[in-house]
Amino acid sequence: MSSAPSLNLAAQAKSLTSASAAGTLQQASNQSGLRYPTNRKTIYDRNLNRSRNAELSRASFAYLFGEMVSYAQRRVTGIQDLEKRLNTQGHPIGLRLLDLLLYREPARSAQRPTRILPLLQFITTTLWRHLFARPADALERSQNNEDEYMISDNDPLVNQYISVPKEMSQLNCAAFVAGIVEGVCDGTGFPARVTAHGVGTEMWPGKTVFLIKFEPEVLERESFLQKP
Amino acid sequence: MLDTDKAQNPRVVFALIIINKAGGLIYQRDFHEGLTKLSVNDYLILAGTFHGIHAITARLMPRPLAPPPPQKPTGIEVLESDAFRLQCFQTLTGTKFLLFTEPHQTNADVVLRRVYELYADYVMKNPFYQSEMPIRCEAFDRHLGSYVKSRQ
Repeated sequence: MSSAPSLNLAAQAKSLTSASAAGTLQQASNQSGLRYPTNRKTIYDRNLNRSRNAELSRASFAYLFGEMVSYAQRRVTGIQDLEKRLNTQGHPIGLRLLDLLLYREPARSAQRPTRILPLLQFITTTLWRHLFARPADALERSQNNEDEYMISDNDPLVNQYISVPKEMSQLNCAAFVAGIVEGVCDGTGFPARVTAHGVGTEMWPGKTVFLIKFEPEVLERESFLQKP
Repeated sequence: MLDTDKAQNPRVVFALIIINKAGGLIYQRDFHEGLTKLSVNDYLILAGTFHGIHAITARLMPRPLAPPPPQKPTGIEVLESDAFRLQCFQTLTGTKFLLFTEPHQTNADVVLRRVYELYADYVMKNPFYQSEMPIRCEAFDRHLGSYVKSRQ
């Protein structure tokens, strides 16, 4: 595990696909896989706040994410397997973003969330703003199961240019974002399973609900903490 | 003058055809009611024929010009008839976009540019699209439909 949590989404994503991309780069430059900028300052040497307000090109991210989906698709047996892979690609990003975003909070409010609600608020506001430059569209608690929470996004950025073929209609590529959320939950000590489900409406054809199902021990602890 | 012209001839986009660099039809869509429907085979033949004619016109030159033109000739750009106007736009990679419009339509090239943008966004950035294959992208259909509708 790397100790540098300074990776932003793109840098992280790059390292994930480097297995396929580095092959061609290597042949072109005939050097080792790791490429240094000319001033020898890699992303690990930079100040953690340097990329705080940095923005990425949406088109380059779309191409990168497209490649990540095709890369994951090449080695899978079914749709569930593919979603699992996308989830796994997102998980380490969530773990690292948790540390980074807490570090960047103002000193007096830089606290790890210790209860479910502050955690979910951290995800829907701080995390969503960092990744997508806007908060999530809704946060609800499931009516039927009290260990389930739902975060809705009307138009997930990762799915913006993706049209899933009819024969794979169950697939939602936002499973990658679900993996990031799962990483944040695991990192704060709230083990959970997060899945992405498409619930398109006429107005929001790409609407996606992220279903967060916490492990039983999380709810047990929560009920202890609730007692005065 | 132009305004009254517009009022009498509302801007109408009839149909769009996209041809891949090998001359195969990869997308065909009608935007207007009451057009004669061709069979799928006929559309394929039409696309292949146009591809061939386009290649020939790119090499035709009535007389050698004294200073050679700065750019290589690109082939048919516009084809006009009493019933329709055909505007062709070829991308750098050889994909051709054909837009059939009403004969007095202006700015067909602007429409085509925008269609090309939509193609670049919703077809080329879609990981499930295989290049040079028929386009079946629901997001492309949706955005193309709403764009053409907004112009009419």
